[in-house]
Amino acid sequence: MTTTTGPHPTRRLILQGAASVALIGLGNLPFAAAHAAANDKYPEEAFKQKSEADAIKALYGRNAEPSDKVKLDAPEIAENGGVVPVSVTTTLDKVTSISFLVAENPFALAASYKIADGTIPGVANRLKMAKSTKLVAIVEADGKLYSATKDVKVTVGGCGG
Amino acid sequence: MAIRRRDFLKSAGLAAASLSLPRLARGTDTASIYDLERFGNARILHITDTHAQLNPVYFREPSVNIGVGEMAGRPPHLVGRAFLERFGIRSDSADAYAFTCLEFEKSAGRFGKLGGFSHLKTLVDRLRGDVGEKRSLLLDGGDLWQGTGLAHVMQGRDMVEVANLLGIEAMTGHWEFTYGEQTLRDNLERFKGEFLAQNVFLTEEAAFNDAPAFDKGTGRVFKPSVIKEIGGHRVAIIGQAFPYVPIAHPKRFTPNWTFGIREEELQKHVDALRGTDKVDAVILLSHNGMDVDLKLASRVTGIDVILGGHTHDAVPQPIPVKNAGGITLVTNAGSNGKFLAVVDLAIDKGKVGDVRYHLLPVYSELLKPDPGMAELIGRLRAPHVTDWSAKIATPDRLLYRRGNFSGPVDELICTALRTELDAEIALSPGFRWGVTALSGQALTVEDLLAETAITYPETYVQEMTGAQIKDVLEDICDNLFNTDPYYQQGGDMVRAGGLSYTCTPTAAIGSRISELKLNSGKALSASHRYKVAGWASINGQQGAPVWDVVGKYLRSGRMFQERLGSGVTLRGVDDNPGIAGQG
Repeated sequence: MTTTTGPHPTRRLILQGAASVALIGLGNLPFAAAHAAANDKYPEEAFKQKSEADAIKALYGRNAEPSDKVKLDAPEIAENGGVVPVSVTTTLDKVTSISFLVAENPFALAASYKIADGTIPGVANRLKMAKSTKLVAIVEADGKLYSATKDVKVTVGGCGG
Repeated sequence: MAIRRRDFLKSAGLAAASLSLPRLARGTDTASIYDLERFGNARILHITDTHAQLNPVYFREPSVNIGVGEMAGRPPHLVGRAFLERFGIRSDSADAYAFTCLEFEKSAGRFGKLGGFSHLKTLVDRLRGDVGEKRSLLLDGGDLWQGTGLAHVMQGRDMVEVANLLGIEAMTGHWEFTYGEQTLRDNLERFKGEFLAQNVFLTEEAAFNDAPAFDKGTGRVFKPSVIKEIGGHRVAIIGQAFPYVPIAHPKRFTPNWTFGIREEELQKHVDALRGTDKVDAVILLSHNGMDVDLKLASRVTGIDVILGGHTHDAVPQPIPVKNAGGITLVTNAGSNGKFLAVVDLAIDKGKVGDVRYHLLPVYSELLKPDPGMAELIGRLRAPHVTDWSAKIATPDRLLYRRGNFSGPVDELICTALRTELDAEIALSPGFRWGVTALSGQALTVEDLLAETAITYPETYVQEMTGAQIKDVLEDICDNLFNTDPYYQQGGDMVRAGGLSYTCTPTAAIGSRISELKLNSGKALSASHRYKVAGWASINGQQGAPVWDVVGKYLRSGRMFQERLGSGVTLRGVDDNPGIAGQG
């Protein structure tokens, strides 16, 4: 599942650094939603942070609490570290943003999505992971931050069985 | 004599009789150990990881099979005496020989070889005949098509014919995938049973390009499950292929497919079988490996029994695992055709009341080979018998592979690679298949192929820095000893020749491997570049096939040249009951 994002430059999907993203089904949001988010600035500082804690702080200005309402799906062992499929869904209400952080990448924040009012809060992405890492998903909902984490192993490959 | 022999066999597992017949008699029809008390209304027979061993084999179980974290000291991570004590098996018995490494050579002389598909056929037919029509099912857990020279040259077609005659009704896969998609599909066209895999999906690119799939809606490449009516009840069998095929093997064999454990998809499928299809029992035919199955059983609800394989653990009793929906039994049925698992289920409407489980060693000397299967095997082997019977060497010691860190077979392969390819260090994969040869038993071409027959056998020589070598060892070591089983791939540690090191299995990745030294005793330097030889690379290589390189070395009259043993010093696992000696 991929969220739709609007055409306005400030609302474009935010990508930087080691994140490599394949998007499917980009569409247009209703005008009202695009307008409501038009004041958001590109979070340049957050994307420059090396650790995931610093990036979360720069992006949201506060800490997240772990929640089982955030469902982060990623493989335990990546078949290809260059394109690791990850996705987040949540049962939380009033979701306003979803972000992915790859702790061991040179810059931890991989992607951050603004979720417009009335949009199903689900995002799928392909992330590049330099090595085995903790993957963190942040969901911003009703002004609070929630997280889920999963370890993804990037292996040189070996022999089973 | 007949009566005494029967007593002996009865005592093999659990009784306390003291007998020491020198050898089981040949040509015995069947034996009382195979007389199972009738129980329940549905019988499932399960074989797994036979690795295409058509004829009976010697196969030494490991003396090192360490469990860490929650798995420490728990089945399957018990070896030797700890194993006997846990399962109540008498030492010096036939079962002690079948299930453990203890006194292997001495017992091999007494009890002979195990397995063989003509012997297996006799036993399967008998156990199915005992319960009557439509009351049994025969399942194979995968790694059926690979492991011998014959399976290699026939690309598994031999095993499809054998599977059809044996009567395998459903299977899943692992090494089957290493023949590539087209060969796999061609073989499955001939296979009379079902190939099941709930956890193999088209990649998005392949789905976009309209690649063939069983279900384009879900992207599942294969049928996930089959419902069979046995004993008047509906039993669902779900297939779980090896989750890490494109990681453990070259990705070029399965470019369109993506694997994984797929716990969530599995749960949904179990729920649909229970809720929509109203099945009475759910069996998972799994190639996850036992540690993964034990974790999965604690998280996925609604499965009655997981019939497991991959890790080649011969575990005599099922392990009950609690989860939110009840209890799931987890088994693992050994390897190389040594064992036939018998699962007798007492099924009521919508539930399994009780289960009895036997993991029967297939003592080839106690079972008359089935003539039809013997004829088929003879016919399949005929074109190669002359070439492959050629003797290439006679080792002066027991040759076995299985063990967490090393074994004489791989020491020999590493020595051959280093010598023939003029390398300081050799690396050889930690496969768990490959049979055992007794000291003084002449090795044939066929024996060598049974240790090496894979679809990516090319050797290589490359330069690696000491730091890169350590990284590779750390990475593979984590596949064995990550405390979370979902991050394990199965298989054993890569074997290292020309190199010794200390391993601390209980440490974290990056800290397990230390004190790396060359054979000269000189410490490995992180920045120095070393010449490293190997085979079975997941990247394409151009060197001669490993069987040619090792064959050349052995034909030159050389054998072991250096230290005995693995070269690995273990730290931090002194009291671990997964260690009974070198290896």
